Amino acid sequence: MIELALVLGTPLVTAIILALVGHRRYAAEINAAGSLLTLISAALLTSRIIAKGPMWFYEMQFFVDPLNVFLIALTALVGFTTSLFSRPYMRIEHDHGRLSSGRLRLYHSMFQMFMCTMLVALSTNNLGILWVAMEAATLTTVLLVALYRTPASLEAAWKYFILCGVGIAQALFGTILIYFAAERILGHEGNALLWTHLNSLRMQLEPTTLSLAFVFLIVGYGTKTGLVPLHNWLPDAHAEGPTPVSAVLSGLLLNVALYAIIRCKVLVDGALGTRFAENLMMAFGLLTVVVPAFYLSRQKDIKRLFGFSSIEHMGLITFAFGMGGPVASVAGLLHMTVHSLTKSAIFFAVGHAAQMAGTQVIDDIQGLLKRSPTIGWGLMLGTLAILGMPPFGVFTSEFMILTTAIKHHPWATPILLCALGVAFASMFHKVQGMVFGEPTVKPLAHNPALVPVFLHLGLVLMLGLWIPPYLSDWFRQAAKFIG
Amino acid sequence: MTLAYLTSSAFASQLINLCAAILLLLGFAMLAQRRVLSLINLFMMQGLVLCTSTLIVAITTHQPHLYWSAGLTFLLKVLALPYILHRLIRRLSVKWDIETLLNIPTTMLIGIFLVIIAFNVAQPISLLSGTITRATIGIALACVLLSFLMMITRSKAVPQVIAFLAMENALFFAATSATYGMPMVVELGIALDVLVGMVILAVFFFQIREQFDSLDIRHMEKVHEE
Repeated sequence: MIELALVLGTPLVTAIILALVGHRRYAAEINAAGSLLTLISAALLTSRIIAKGPMWFYEMQFFVDPLNVFLIALTALVGFTTSLFSRPYMRIEHDHGRLSSGRLRLYHSMFQMFMCTMLVALSTNNLGILWVAMEAATLTTVLLVALYRTPASLEAAWKYFILCGVGIAQALFGTILIYFAAERILGHEGNALLWTHLNSLRMQLEPTTLSLAFVFLIVGYGTKTGLVPLHNWLPDAHAEGPTPVSAVLSGLLLNVALYAIIRCKVLVDGALGTRFAENLMMAFGLLTVVVPAFYLSRQKDIKRLFGFSSIEHMGLITFAFGMGGPVASVAGLLHMTVHSLTKSAIFFAVGHAAQMAGTQVIDDIQGLLKRSPTIGWGLMLGTLAILGMPPFGVFTSEFMILTTAIKHHPWATPILLCALGVAFASMFHKVQGMVFGEPTVKPLAHNPALVPVFLHLGLVLMLGLWIPPYLSDWFRQAAKFIG
Repeated sequence: MTLAYLTSSAFASQLINLCAAILLLLGFAMLAQRRVLSLINLFMMQGLVLCTSTLIVAITTHQPHLYWSAGLTFLLKVLALPYILHRLIRRLSVKWDIETLLNIPTTMLIGIFLVIIAFNVAQPISLLSGTITRATIGIALACVLLSFLMMITRSKAVPQVIAFLAMENALFFAATSATYGMPMVVELGIALDVLVGMVILAVFFFQIREQFDSLDIRHMEKVHEE
């Protein structure tokens, strides 16, 4: 009980405190301390769930099982490391005059608010609250993306707001349809939207309604996940927002949106008893892997490049969950974890690289290695990891996804391999030039926080070589829920 | 017409169908309306119809939380949001703006096509509905699609936002008429999100105009085409 209250309450309280003092010199420390406290409470919650199994909180409005507790822990971890990274990063931005003190206060407060909405979305048992939290997450991130108030960032934020607003409205219609189907069985008290209630009765839910609901839900939450052809907002939002925001958008928000789809998929599978939801996810997933691969080589902005790479990986994860079965589901969960860790690490390195060069244009960032070996290596290793090089964890999960695809859907394998190959060629080439080559970049005024980069990459490396037994148990249990 | 008939569910369902029809008509009216000021008035009327239909469902089904829902709709969609929008267009001095480059006949034809699609999609579900208002889910879906179309065809920021809010209205209508309303906590959450979103957008409008000297979205789409 108290753990969940802490997990959800800490970011909220920190956000309120930072709304008052977020412009002060020590605000970044408060931000980091709040995130650390959230991480500790998430760890406590996790150990409690591991010991006692799934639990309900607050009149069953919140529900924590192995599937979401693992995402809660991941969210809290990446949130904490991002707050560490943002301390020197935002200080440099402030010194460069890109941000006023008022904007800094908005940033700090909204960062914590964003964490809070994501944690609510992950832990709630009520599909309606899930929707409300997702929409609130959109609103907070719109403010974060528009933080610099440049024409490009306003454009990105507007696009993000409109596209995700429309998308998520479709998800609301899907939720209403689920409620419509459930209400006939559960009655119209508050219970008919509780996921656990729905899940226990999922065989009785009306199939036609549920299949229509799922179409709306996958389009709605899929917009937030960045599934092609609803991905247009994503590269802009990643490129124009401050880099810590790109890191949490890519590393966390996309996962949370995907989590919402997975929860709904479980219900729809039960009601339909066919592979309808799976096939839909596979189709969206495959399209989302292939299309961005061909956009990658045309990118000139480093953050847009990695934004497209995030879309591709989300497609891969959606495809994995679409295939279903124990191996693919574990692979999907593992890929969610390693992608979050790697992509946020890359954004940390990219953020500082862009600050050193004073631009985000790839051609103008050269020779990172000579000026700052740690940033250079961080970016290089991160890129290798995200491209699926062994021995990093991304390789393991991609390997598992591909082998499952060979076994059950052999026709998809060449398409996947081809897309991954194209992505490798276009990204590696660009990053190589940035890291090696003659330096055009200048050293930074403040010491960058690179511990998070190497902490994340270390974890990804570990997950590639050895998955701790409790973690693999956890993945297996969660995969069982997904089916 | 006796009193018994007036409170019967048959009469109520007639009334709700009437509301649904008006809502659809307003959807088309918004699609064809070029003036920003008239759009806001249409949006307000939509809110009023929504509020009325919620009230009718509340009276016939004796669901206490639907009275709250109707009150909330009235406060938010008939008073607060139109007030904010009116203030906004006055301060942005776009009150008498007329949108050009809008082929109304074509848009209307596409709109009719969308309504047919919506009815077809919703038909199997409407047959299942045990509530007093079975046909309305198709109309609600049609209204969602019409707002969607309006968003695509408009290039100015304020009409786009009104289209967005109209979509929210249609969804609310689906929730109340087809299912007797969502749980109260969810409705409150949605209302809060809409309100906060509106406030954020209002701030945005000023910044967009400051940066682009215009509220025309087409001015924004220049850099990132790929």
